[in-house]
Amino acid sequence: MQVTSVVRDPLVTGGKTVKDVSHDISRQVEGKPTRSWWIAMAISVVLFAYGFYCVCTVLWNGIGVWGLNKTVGWAWDITNFVWWVGIGHAGTLISAILLLFRQKWRMSINRAAEAMTIFAVICAATFPLIHMGRLWLGFYWALPLPNAFGSLWANFNSPLLWDVFAISTYFTVSLVFWYIGLIPDFATIRDRAVVQGNNIRAQIYNALSFGWQGGAKTWMRYESVALILAGLSTPLVLSVHTIVSMDFATSVIPGWHTTIFPPYFVAGAIFSGFAMVLTLLLVTRVVFKLEDYITIYHIELMNIIIIVTGSVVGIAYITELFISWYSGVEYEGYAFYNRVQGPFAWSYWSMMTCNVISPQLFWIKKIRTSIAATFVLSIIVNIGMWFERFVIIVTSLHRDYIPSSWTGFHPTMFDIGEYVFTFGLFFTAFLLFAKFFPVINMAEVKSIVRSDSEKPHHKEGLGA
Amino acid sequence: MDADKNFLVGVFDDEDAVLKGIKKVRGAGLKIHDVFSPFPVHGIDDALGIKKSRLPIAAFLFGLTGTSLALTMQIWMLGYDWPMIIGGKNFVSLPPFIPVTFELTVLLAALGMVATFMIASNLKPYSWPRQFDVRSTDDKHVMAIDLDLNGKSKAEISQILKDAGASEVNEKNFE
Repeated sequence: MQVTSVVRDPLVTGGKTVKDVSHDISRQVEGKPTRSWWIAMAISVVLFAYGFYCVCTVLWNGIGVWGLNKTVGWAWDITNFVWWVGIGHAGTLISAILLLFRQKWRMSINRAAEAMTIFAVICAATFPLIHMGRLWLGFYWALPLPNAFGSLWANFNSPLLWDVFAISTYFTVSLVFWYIGLIPDFATIRDRAVVQGNNIRAQIYNALSFGWQGGAKTWMRYESVALILAGLSTPLVLSVHTIVSMDFATSVIPGWHTTIFPPYFVAGAIFSGFAMVLTLLLVTRVVFKLEDYITIYHIELMNIIIIVTGSVVGIAYITELFISWYSGVEYEGYAFYNRVQGPFAWSYWSMMTCNVISPQLFWIKKIRTSIAATFVLSIIVNIGMWFERFVIIVTSLHRDYIPSSWTGFHPTMFDIGEYVFTFGLFFTAFLLFAKFFPVINMAEVKSIVRSDSEKPHHKEGLGA
Repeated sequence: MDADKNFLVGVFDDEDAVLKGIKKVRGAGLKIHDVFSPFPVHGIDDALGIKKSRLPIAAFLFGLTGTSLALTMQIWMLGYDWPMIIGGKNFVSLPPFIPVTFELTVLLAALGMVATFMIASNLKPYSWPRQFDVRSTDDKHVMAIDLDLNGKSKAEISQILKDAGASEVNEKNFE
């Protein structure tokens, strides 16, 4: 069963043993936080606090403090919502779809990517919640509860309600999947705490691990659970952004009413999700000294996924443009002419540059194996994906059917402040995760280290 | 002496050793209480003769519950309890009900299966497990043999474990 491949490169470098894996990953949880962690945390908390002030102002005064107007009734709120949900697609894609495809390289990155997913979905959810204005009444609007004035139910024909179910199911299932993966690792930290004589830590991590022992039967059931959760999550990942795209596609607004939206949104989501995973992991691997676990090979593979999804997104943009002309519908044609040529052309061309041209640089091996280049491009991709949503939403709305109501859109400090709020929330949560939870799935990585790195790796046999 | 209290614990260094060890120990006629590993070892269920998990059936049944619950809820709410004219559409039509039905199917299947797994495997946040050897979550594979169920002396069992490839054999008693 321990087959050392002569073809594939090892996934974990540095000749790590099973014991090294426990030590290298648990060390982070057991030690005191580093200086750079405190600095990052301080910045995140400041962002969070400023954003929280802006959110409170919006809740107190109503969403009139945003830059929305009668024509542009949706702008930064929904842009940011779709952007964050998109980012939240990579984690479960990595852990579920790559598990079904038996891609073992997922094992060092799935834990952090899933954590990112969960925090990104929480950030996304804040936008529709706050946009409801009186979010404490939102239960009656969003959930199928009888309201106080009679048994008037939620409208199941509305894609916005589908979104409520899609996002909350996605969040719950991703959280459960992530937590199931954490249980054996919490037990490892508990048992290390027992050996080190740290009783408090042992008690806390025992509770977190649900008293995990790792018996043969439990492991067998555990693998069965992981496989079925992966099978359930795979269509779920694809459904979430499909349903988000239906918020637009089922409307009759030119530029939104297109059948290409579901696959185009899903590809864009995976594209931006992988970019955010790269941004975070490139920092995490250096700060926590995990270069042997998250190797250049992992980074290269993720960059290849970025080329593929980036190209799908590029083709979708061009198809959209072509169909708007080929359909012969003048409103559709104008919506796209206005995107390319109108007052928001700068955002359209930013989107085109960041999403279509920049990922093509990864065809060059030197660039996709360069950490600095990957880091810069991963951020550019996420800027581009933000502009994509902004372009779709604002340029389709600001010049509607009646030219007398044409208008522009300017964000106020509260639009920006709420975006800042989600960044504060996201990074605070991620830093807490990185400090107190094992950032790499130890149990899974242990199952691959022996076949990969303990035995000498050689490629001599290849020429024959 | 009562069963399930006194154990001999064989410690194996890696998954190949423990898989070979299980065959030898079972070949010698010993009953294995359990084998604890830091990560899932492929083939260990066959070696120990554990039956296939029935969790997939549980997941399917929970999923089916989700599907029926979602369809019943939507058809009853919008079709019978309070029909509303929305854009002149039919009160009950299947296509717009599919997204919520799909989501609730997945949600119930996932949560129900995980809850079943937790209960079946006795995973609770407030219980401290019996630890045969704390290294079993680090790098060792630990085989526990109940001393009172096998009708063999401690020395005999210990010798069988050592012959099977255990790097050390310890005694563990629980009160």
